[in-house]
Parts: sequence; structure tokens; C-alpha cells
Amino acid sequence: MLELDCRDLPCPRPIIELAKALPSVAVGDLLAVVARDPAARYDVPAWCRMRGQEYVGEDLADDHLPRYTVRRLS
Amino acid sequence: MYLDAASSQRLHPAAHDTLLAALERGYGDPRRLHGRGRDARLLLDNARAVVAEALGAQPDEITFTASGTDAVHRGLLGLASTTGLSGIVHSAVEHSSVLHAVEWRESSAHASIAVDPAGRVDLEALAVASRRDGVAVVALQAANQEVGTLQPVDELDLPGGVPLFMDAAAAVGHVVLPRRWDALAASAHKWGGPAGVGVLAVRRGTRWTNPFPGEDELENPAGFPNVPAALAAAAALQAVLAEREQVATRQFEMVERIRRAAAGLPDTEVVGDPIARLPHLVTFSCLYVGGDEIVTDLAQRGYGVASGSACTASTLEPSHVLAAMGALTHGNVRVSLDRDTTDDQVDGFCAALVESVTAIRARAGL
Repeated sequence: MLELDCRDLPCPRPIIELAKALPSVAVGDLLAVVARDPAARYDVPAWCRMRGQEYVGEDLADDHLPRYTVRRLS
Repeated sequence: MYLDAASSQRLHPAAHDTLLAALERGYGDPRRLHGRGRDARLLLDNARAVVAEALGAQPDEITFTASGTDAVHRGLLGLASTTGLSGIVHSAVEHSSVLHAVEWRESSAHASIAVDPAGRVDLEALAVASRRDGVAVVALQAANQEVGTLQPVDELDLPGGVPLFMDAAAAVGHVVLPRRWDALAASAHKWGGPAGVGVLAVRRGTRWTNPFPGEDELENPAGFPNVPAALAAAAALQAVLAEREQVATRQFEMVERIRRAAAGLPDTEVVGDPIARLPHLVTFSCLYVGGDEIVTDLAQRGYGVASGSACTASTLEPSHVLAAMGALTHGNVRVSLDRDTTDDQVDGFCAALVESVTAIRARAGL
């Protein structure tokens, strides 16, 4: 799984990085973004809804920061 | 071009003239029996009568407070204080002044009720939650301050003995108000009155006590009243309501055009109910755009708008309203029209919006 380190990027950079990285994973594969930005919790699912991708969920990265995972559907 | 009337309106011309006249006459203590006191009492009673009529209330149900926030705190906590219970049930999208009052009074019986993607509260969940043990009061806004969605206040099904507190700050002067509230709060600078004037209305027969130091009467619970400002607020409200239908019809159509322009942008979501909404307000969010970037860029193009994005908030937290709706929180713009906003100005804004979003996305490499 590709994991993007967006720990120190301000809103909306984690979502921009997510959008830019999407083409680099195969359809059906997972892509995750680790971000401190409190907006990411709402904006990753909203991005998935708006862009037709699947929001898989939130867990913790190795350093206990929130990690948001999506599945490429298209 | 000021497109942030929902944050604070320019003083209505009717309020301006009234304020100047009342400053000369209304400085006395309305509790005194001398001439100046009687003058001030007359002006204050006049203000209460006008505001009462506008809100569908009686004059003795109205008091003026130091702000809309003050009215919310005193109204909501004052209803809860009489019951011996502490739970407050409220929608997840209430104004922060309501949420702060809820947090201030700790209780395991508090409940925040979810909203649908349009921002409308789940009536069934609210009805169920209001019947749980320990619930003192229910708080539901008339309309949402960020997305404009009207709440179904008159359709609420509450158990007997649980009063309803309605925050009407976003709605007064713009739409016909719901009727079934027990206490109501509003804020004069949201309708074209002066800032520093809140309105608290408590229905006769509703149990309310002052939750803060002072006497329990509804008469001036927040201290010495600003009589000239209260009268100016009443004059503004009267003037605004006299032209409300005409202004609202025009604003509703202008907002519809902004909604269409925003929805026509790629990766942009217009949030809030398209029909059951405030006439003058619209909110939308643009993917890959920073809220601070777009507010600054639009300001440079001459348009003053608000945003619920985290980067524009003092707390750096995204808007709890957008989050509760499951809406995109970044790239958020709230546009709210003045009573004088023209079609040409709206066209100019729509064109500037397209240029602004396109330029910001190009800079981000998208």
C-alpha cells in the first residue's frame, strides 16, 4: 500500500497530494495519507465521495498519527 | 463589494436616524420616576413592543441583552436552570454560542443530534433523545448560520415539560419564523440593527431563571440596557420586515444564480438545502482550494466573503457544521447578500469566482 507522508502539510495539501498520487496506484489498490491536519478527517471521505473513490477508514500510523485509507475504484 | 451580511449587516438607514435621536433622549435610567427616566422607559417599552410584534410575542416576553451570544447563553441555560435537570439535546449544527453553553454545563444527559447531508436535523432521533432521563431542554435553530438550511422547528415532537430553545439569529428578518418555541434568541446586527444588542424572548408561563448573577426577572438581566441601541434595533427590524418579502424574493433568485455558477465549477459542491433555505445565503466548497487562499483572492478582486474552512478559523478546526453534514470542509466560501445587492454585482462575483478558483488550482499544479 502506498502511504503518503502529509504529516506537516496544512489543509488542503493532504487532499492535493492524494489526488496527485491516485494515478500511481492500480484500480482496486489502496492508498493512504497520514496527516495531522484536523480537516483531513472530514475531507478524505468527502474527496472520495466527490471523486467516486472508496473511503476505507481511519487508523493510526506507526507514530500514532491518524492515517486515512482509500481504495482506487476508477 | 460586501458579501458577508450574515456575519454582520450595515446599519439600516432607519436605525441610523433613530439611534441619533434616541441618544439625545434615552440616556436616563428607565427604572426612575423622573422625566429622563420616563423618557428612557418610553423608548425601551417602544422597542420591546416593536420587537415583540416582529417575533410573534408579547412585549413583556422580550428583553434586550448585551449580544446574541449573551441572549443564547441566558436563554438556554436559564431554561435548564429551573428544571433541576441538566441535559441539553441539540442539533449538531447549532451556533457555537449554543455549543459553548452546553459544554459549560456538564451533563451525561447532553445529546448532539445528527443532521442529513443538507444540514437538516433528524427529527425522529431528536424526539427519541428528548424523552431520555435527565433532559432539561431542547435547542434547535430556526435556520443554519453557515449553510442557510431551515430547520423543521414547528414539526418537532417534544414531551410535555421539556421546553424548546430556538436560536433565531440567522433567520430573523429573512424568513417567517417558526412558532413553537418557548424561548428565542436573536442578534440585532444580523438584521441591520447596531451590534451589542441581543434579544431574548421567553414565553409567558415558561419557567426561566437568570443563570448568572442578578435578579430572576426578565427585565434587564444583562445589566443596564442600551436604550438608544435597542430602539435603533427595533426600528431596523420594523423597516426590514416591511420590505422582507420583496427583498427575499430578489435575494432567493440571486442566490440561485450563485448556486448554479458554483455548481458549474469542476469538483465543487454547493452545500445546504437548495429550497428550504435562507434567501440571502449560500455556501459551497471547492476541492484543492485553501479557504484562506480563496477568501484572500476574492478580497483582492473586490469581494468580501466568509469561509468555514479550518485555515480561516481562530481554532484551526474546520467548521463543525460542514463536518456534521459530511461536506468538504476546505475551499469553503459563504456568500451572504445585502438587501441592496444587485444582479450586476452577482454577475461580477460569479465571474470573479470562476477566475479565482481556476487560478488557485493552477498554482497547486492541478
